[in-house]
Amino acid sequence: MTALLEVEGLNGWYGRAQALFGVGLSIAEGEVVALLGRNGAGKSTTFKGIAGLLDRRDGRIAFDGMDVSGLPTPALVRRGLAYVPEDRRIFADLTVEENLEVGRRPPRPGTTPWTPERLFALFPNLAEMRRRRGGAMSGGEQQMLSIARALMGNPRLVLLDEPSEGLAPKIVEDMALAILALKRDGLSILLSEQNLHFARLISDRAVVIDRGHIRLAGTIAEIAADPEACAAYLSV
Amino acid sequence: MSFVFAQFLTGLAGASSLFLVASGLSIVFGVSRIVNFAHGAFAMLGAYMAYSLTERFAGPFGFWGSIVLASLGTAAAGALVEMTLLRRLYRAPELFQLLATFGLTLVVEDLVVVVWGPDDLLGPRAPGLAGAVRVFGEAVPSYDLLLIAFGPIAFGLLWLLFHRTRFGTLVRAATQDREMVAALGVDQRWLFTAVFALGAFMAGFGGAVQIPRDAVNHGIDLRLIVDVFVVVVIGGLGSVGGAFLASILVAELDAFGILVLPGVSLVLVFVVMAVVLVVRPFGLLGRPQAQARAVPEPDRRPWAPLPPPARFAVAILVATAATLPSWAGDYLVTVASEILIVALFAASLQFLMSAGAMVSFGHAAYFGLGAYGAALAAKHLGLPMLPALGCGMALAIAGAALFGWFCVRLSGVYFAMLTLAFAQIAWSVAFQWTAVTGGDNGLLGVWPDGWAATPRAFFWVCLASTAAGVGLLRAAVFSPFGAGLRAVRDSAPRAEALGLGRAPVQWAAFALAGGVAGWAGGLFAFLKGSVFPDSLGIGTSVDGLVMVLLGGIGTVSGGVAGAAVYKALSVWLVSQTDESKLALGLAIIGLVLLLPTGLGGAAGRFRGGLRSRAAPPPAPAAGPAR
Amino acid sequence: MTLLDVAGLSKSYGGVAAVRGIGFALRAGEVVALIGPNGAGKSTCFDMLNGQIRPDAGTIRLDGVDVTGAKPRRMAARGVARTFQVAATFASMTVRENVQAACLIHAGAMAWPFGRADRRFVAEAERLLDPVGLLAQAGRPAAELAYGDVKRLELAMALAGEPRLLLMDEPTAGMAPAERHALMGVAVERARRAAIGLLFTEHDMDIVFGHADRVMVLSRGELIARGSADEVRRDPRVRATYLGGGSTFSAAAGGDAPA
Repeated sequence: MTALLEVEGLNGWYGRAQALFGVGLSIAEGEVVALLGRNGAGKSTTFKGIAGLLDRRDGRIAFDGMDVSGLPTPALVRRGLAYVPEDRRIFADLTVEENLEVGRRPPRPGTTPWTPERLFALFPNLAEMRRRRGGAMSGGEQQMLSIARALMGNPRLVLLDEPSEGLAPKIVEDMALAILALKRDGLSILLSEQNLHFARLISDRAVVIDRGHIRLAGTIAEIAADPEACAAYLSV
Repeated sequence: MSFVFAQFLTGLAGASSLFLVASGLSIVFGVSRIVNFAHGAFAMLGAYMAYSLTERFAGPFGFWGSIVLASLGTAAAGALVEMTLLRRLYRAPELFQLLATFGLTLVVEDLVVVVWGPDDLLGPRAPGLAGAVRVFGEAVPSYDLLLIAFGPIAFGLLWLLFHRTRFGTLVRAATQDREMVAALGVDQRWLFTAVFALGAFMAGFGGAVQIPRDAVNHGIDLRLIVDVFVVVVIGGLGSVGGAFLASILVAELDAFGILVLPGVSLVLVFVVMAVVLVVRPFGLLGRPQAQARAVPEPDRRPWAPLPPPARFAVAILVATAATLPSWAGDYLVTVASEILIVALFAASLQFLMSAGAMVSFGHAAYFGLGAYGAALAAKHLGLPMLPALGCGMALAIAGAALFGWFCVRLSGVYFAMLTLAFAQIAWSVAFQWTAVTGGDNGLLGVWPDGWAATPRAFFWVCLASTAAGVGLLRAAVFSPFGAGLRAVRDSAPRAEALGLGRAPVQWAAFALAGGVAGWAGGLFAFLKGSVFPDSLGIGTSVDGLVMVLLGGIGTVSGGVAGAAVYKALSVWLVSQTDESKLALGLAIIGLVLLLPTGLGGAAGRFRGGLRSRAAPPPAPAAGPAR
Repeated sequence: MTLLDVAGLSKSYGGVAAVRGIGFALRAGEVVALIGPNGAGKSTCFDMLNGQIRPDAGTIRLDGVDVTGAKPRRMAARGVARTFQVAATFASMTVRENVQAACLIHAGAMAWPFGRADRRFVAEAERLLDPVGLLAQAGRPAAELAYGDVKRLELAMALAGEPRLLLMDEPTAGMAPAERHALMGVAVERARRAAIGLLFTEHDMDIVFGHADRVMVLSRGELIARGSADEVRRDPRVRATYLGGGSTFSAAAGGDAPA
């Protein structure tokens, strides 16, 4: 398998404070990789760094074999990278359908494009609220819509920032099922998590980040079986 | 009765004109969060271009073609401004954007004088619409009837654009969260430029269709922008529907206010705006603003009082300044007095803005109240200078306490706009209440007592006042009261949960800042020997903002340095060039772009840089919005 | 004795009910957790208890006195303290100044425009910073603190006024497990010793089941269950709407992973 996304030596800053120190990771086509770490460990910053949303960053980011380090966010999205932020950021005044419309991008050759109808099949409760304003949805529904909206861009890789954050355990289970369905479709996913239990359900590999440094990498089973690592870097 | 109806129609025509311009401002604000001060200048530009084009091309096609062409020209100018100037400022605090667009307004004002001359220009009548139509026996200009139709048509078209097109959906999404729109692959640069061009088009069109009704001159931009601000704030920032309702309200108030209450017609609109904002703090159809994203807080280190060596240095500086009259001429000493007075004014505004996070666009009201209070006390009560200054300060405190009570209920842009409205009310009173204030002719013959009559003596009075005033404000910043003020600034919910209400603390700070500004205003009256309504005008308020910005918004009293530089620069510019507004405008724009943290901030960064070279360099200036 | 007595508390926003007629009581020195999915109304409930939001209906009694609809200032004066979901401190002050400000506010000394704020309540501030482990960082700018330390600072500030009722909104979110238990330990110990009623929301079930005397479950604005940790954990309605199969946290009786 060739790497779809390859990140090497990524440094990132918030204002004057450096938050990422030489982060490196890679995701193969069709793979689900979990970026594990506590709050403030640098997970969201890594995602923003990859998606070009940090004030300042350097390092090498290759997507599908091409160096995309210098590209602005919209250009990355056009190449097939989608970003689902941790706080969902649904457009509160727009309806579900309008939210999806904002995410729509032209289809990618050789793939079935995502349509609202296909997405409503994947997230059935969204289908019942097409005309509802985003602001009137529950946290779990917003999380589904946020993912659906990103899929409307027909991405090859989705950066999923803390999909289980703040959701009821019951909804987290539904989320896991949806992500597994996407994985079966061949979508590559990089997700960040604090919840190791959730990450175990859906990921192939895991990378552990702490204070802006990558500390460990391996299969998810290896990481979960390492009590010292879990105690040192994770909230379990 | 028919007369009333005709007046009502005149009001509606005015409402359409207002709405055309105001809708543009509202749309631009909605997406970019920029309160575009230059919006009135765009409307003016549209009117001037339409004038020149209609002079050249006659006939219905010529006339309407010219109007459209002028609007497109304005849209192009808007796009150019967005791409060259505003694009660099999207991530800067609101105040910087306002100042940059204010600078742009100054530039445009001087440029149109260079191109079109200083005289009023009246455009041609619209072909076929030069006459009047009889409505219930009253003559109503047929052009007015056409204008009345323009408002709802424009509103309908805008609604369709925003709700039935992909562009509109993207614009509404960007209004809520522009970073997320970019993260979904939409190139924002294009979107913002398009929105800005649309807003400028509406402004240009609104200005251009006015030329058969009103003369074009180089002052209409400020008049328009104030009216349009009022409309947009009453309607709710970012709400096109609100702007539509508010423009009818404001235009009808104008039309009937002149008939019913001629003496206070100017005040009326601002009173209505104040009432609306107190009842509905976000305007008729506005909603609480989402916290603007991607606008980083300026690095704010904990403030500490000056250490003893720095205090000693300040004392030396004041003592050195005190020797100025012994080696400089009277002109220089008088200029220095004026600089000290505006420095005190700037320090009071800085206190409000830096420690209180209250960005006032009408701080001149209290400067002016102090000036009028002192002048009236000296002239009518025959009081000596110092008691007269005290009266001026008391009047300023009373005014600040009254207006501030309403203002502190709001925050952010709405706070700024309400302070502006109150300053305009004060200005209108000074302008219209001729019996007491002398109106446009001002109050003359306000001279200091004999002991302070020489330039040098008056300079020392100013120096002592400014040193004491700045000292007082600094002491207040570090006192428990100042800590409370900074606490509600940093986190109002936390302060409230601990038992400290935001409103009372900010109200007290507002009154204190108003009092200090009033003292400065009184000194200004005695320095000039006269007071004019200008002292309460927008120009004076904006001067104050520029000085604080120049000094550094994140500093305790950088405004003092900002005032010295700004006042000296403007005195020098006026003596050097006829196009002083152009030069000043360019200077403001340059400062905003090059020195976003102000002189104080730049100095602080320099010191910080020396202390810790190992620290990673600051983020590069915001590039194109991402 | 009953410290807090809530009955029929309701609040809706634009026709959508956020909290519907909830009622409960809290004794002095008791530690109670309020759990439920995001959007269930926990924060709205807290905002009503500390006066940030005026309830549409219902009563809040504190020590037998009806305080329904009182402003946050009055609530604070009556001894209600709180921490926020997104920790709120005074970012432009040092850690010590933050606590000094809290002390000044409680002493009603905030109106005084003379003298130096940073010379008041120095010893008091340090006495409060010590138990939360922030004494060594007292001189640092609050904006530079790590996230967990900001939470600690918030607790020190909330305790400044000798509160009767302490509301903590997700106090341990974003902290390491050891830190979480330590912080809750400080709060609970203080609640027991000073007879403070402690009500907290939390998503970490290990913290909830480890520290709370009683647990209440809020779902769609209604209290659907209450009782001891075990009773709540076994409640079928709670499992269906909130806890799920338990595969996503460790403290629940082992559930099955979804296929």
